[in-house]
Amino acid sequence: MDWFNTIIRTFFDFKAMAEVLPQLLGVGLLNTLIISLAATILGVFLGMVIAVMGISPSKWLRVPARIYTDLFRGLPAILTILLIGQGFARLSQSVFGPSPYPLGIIALSLIASAYIGEIFRAGIQSVDKGQGEACRALGMSYAKSMALVVIPQGIRRVLPALVNQFIAIVKDSSLVYFLGLLVSERELFRVGQDAAVLSGNLSPLVMAGIFYLVITVPLTHLVNYFDNRFRTGRRKPAPPTSGLKEVNELDAASPLITGSNT
Amino acid sequence: MSLASNTSRNNTAPSIETFHGSSLELTNLTMAYGDIEVLRNVNLTVKPGTTTCIIGPSGSGKSTLLRGVNRLHEPKSGDVLLAGESALKVNPDILRARIGMVFQHFNLFPDHTALENVALALWSVKKMPKAEAREHARRCLAEVGLAERADHRPRDLSGGQQQRVAIARALAMEPEVMLFDEATSALDPELVKGVLNLMAGLGRRGMTMLVVTHEMGFARKVADQVVFMDEGEVVEAGTPADLFDNPKSERLQRFLSEVL
Repeated sequence: MDWFNTIIRTFFDFKAMAEVLPQLLGVGLLNTLIISLAATILGVFLGMVIAVMGISPSKWLRVPARIYTDLFRGLPAILTILLIGQGFARLSQSVFGPSPYPLGIIALSLIASAYIGEIFRAGIQSVDKGQGEACRALGMSYAKSMALVVIPQGIRRVLPALVNQFIAIVKDSSLVYFLGLLVSERELFRVGQDAAVLSGNLSPLVMAGIFYLVITVPLTHLVNYFDNRFRTGRRKPAPPTSGLKEVNELDAASPLITGSNT
Repeated sequence: MSLASNTSRNNTAPSIETFHGSSLELTNLTMAYGDIEVLRNVNLTVKPGTTTCIIGPSGSGKSTLLRGVNRLHEPKSGDVLLAGESALKVNPDILRARIGMVFQHFNLFPDHTALENVALALWSVKKMPKAEAREHARRCLAEVGLAERADHRPRDLSGGQQQRVAIARALAMEPEVMLFDEATSALDPELVKGVLNLMAGLGRRGMTMLVVTHEMGFARKVADQVVFMDEGEVVEAGTPADLFDNPKSERLQRFLSEVL
């Protein structure tokens, strides 16, 4: 049973896990959530802009959106984070101070916005063409029909995909540690990593992993639940009603209202 | 209960408001999708307050013609005159607010209630205060017999009810002309008459209507003018009696023998 003890000592050293727990909760979890939520919110706004540009009738808006998307979707996240985090460090220093934290959030949100833009674009384009036409036929401008009718329908459809994107951002937020964070700014992975060095085994990282799962697994299942509800509809099945009932109802209404003359 | 006939025109009760439809004239209207011309040199005059039914086989350009009138699809050449003025020279959004359109598949907004469907363009295009828009929308729904269903979403309404909401939505904008694009083609058979009666009522009340339809009974009884189109051209036009009882062209004779 030697290998068993080795495994326990390496991955499940409960003492080391208990020691790192307060830091994971107070520093790591907090920062991971702050970074992920901030990057998601920024990414959703940017992504919406990219999506609207991407379906614009003007190629002067469409082409830049396409290039932006290809760029940030095509590069490894770690490369983008390093390029932005170190490349703009000086600029960031004059705006945000010495911490690379805000730049990390911005880099993550740029990456996320490329994906979110594609999600929104797909959602908006899946809305029946007749919706926009009905708006235009009523005299609404392109912008108004998009903003009031088409885009809201598109967004509702892609909510599950957006939650998936949030999960991806939570995981990618661990990459921000590459920029060198202050002790109080460390996210889950960095806290676990630092503690692992001290404890001499991987248990603190396992503990950090558990924290990630606590965030992501329930969300994944929430997505599936909502996805099913969207697909099957939440309404109770109603008994079928005869079309003749409606005819009776119409006949009962004033004949002038329905336009018949008997 | 029969479809409305022209003799009932003076039957309208004073409580129901009458419309003031505008004239509509198409001159040499040509429309194309890319290089393919789907409408060639169509000339058509619709007098104010009259109903014109457009019949013809599929692919004859009937729907395209309607979409040219309100410029959902821009005409290639020719002109559309609304109340005597060129519709091609005004801002299309302003033009469309003056022309109501009803679609085959209703195109109601699924996340809006019937009332919100009708009210949306009132506040967003006509700039009515929202409370007033809802009030007006409620009256419009009552006019099509759906006062009770104002708070239902489209998915909770039958096809006939949905199409009547769509008609109310178009009427709420107080259009000068109404375009109907196969408005009853997607309905269950027992619900068709209710919608057709409603349309006939609009005609009696003075609305100018351009109706693309496969309902020959409706065209015969309600239309002031019937237009038969095929392959992007007007083949024959005239009174219902002219076309249905005395078709001149071989193509119309052929078409009628297939559909009647």
